Amino acid sequence: MLSDCFQEVVLFYMTKNYLKLQFYSLPQNQAFARDAVAAFCLELNPSLSDISDVKTAVSEAVTNCTVHAYRGEVGIVTVECEIEDATLHIRVSDTGKGIADIDQAVQPFYTTLPSDERSGMGFTIMQTFMDGFSVNSVSGEGTVVSMSKKFEAEVMENA
Amino acid sequence: MNVTGYLREKILYINLSGEMDEYSAQSARVKCDKLIEENASVRKIIINLSEVAFMDSTGIGFLIGRYKKAARISVPLYIEKPNFSADKILNLSGIYSLIPKAE
Repeated sequence: MLSDCFQEVVLFYMTKNYLKLQFYSLPQNQAFARDAVAAFCLELNPSLSDISDVKTAVSEAVTNCTVHAYRGEVGIVTVECEIEDATLHIRVSDTGKGIADIDQAVQPFYTTLPSDERSGMGFTIMQTFMDGFSVNSVSGEGTVVSMSKKFEAEVMENA
Repeated sequence: MNVTGYLREKILYINLSGEMDEYSAQSARVKCDKLIEENASVRKIIINLSEVAFMDSTGIGFLIGRYKKAARISVPLYIEKPNFSADKILNLSGIYSLIPKAE
């Protein structure tokens, strides 16, 4: 049946997908970055709550690049996304100053910039809102934040 | 991010609308603080978040900053109507013990 063929094609396209964004670490690119990632995962038919979690986590990671990694200068932020088996993998990387002590940096409310009204909750939010989370960083070379989220399949009514 | 304010029965209502992030928070801070300074004799300040479509942890820092500003002139601050995702972030941060939700 035609509809079965269509289903197969759709399933094929849904198994794997990839997106790479690169942009300057300017604050005005933050909305663009999180909206692009949100648009990319629409094919997974996410709930509004899942979309909102992903947008917030991306916003936190990209903000860290602007505010911490490239503080006082402009560098390149790379956001890579991969969809595999209804799971979204996101990698946000920079070539900025790096994190000296990752264990300390991921502690809730820890911030190196308390005077800037920083909450110190960025990493905590990424950890809480996503299913998988890890940070790798080399001082003076840069930081890579990896996150993943599994999207629960929503039951769709037949048209 | 748009910031508007109005006075009613000695309460300063501040309405935020748009997306709250590192970029938009900067001008919102200035506008909010101006409203607070110009209305220092109010009984309380209520920040309405119902039209904030997106907020990341910048919002936590933003609200704590305004809380400190209001505390300096001894005016209590309240949060009103955060949407589902803003509420999730605010809950996670424990901010409601400092800035309660308006009844």
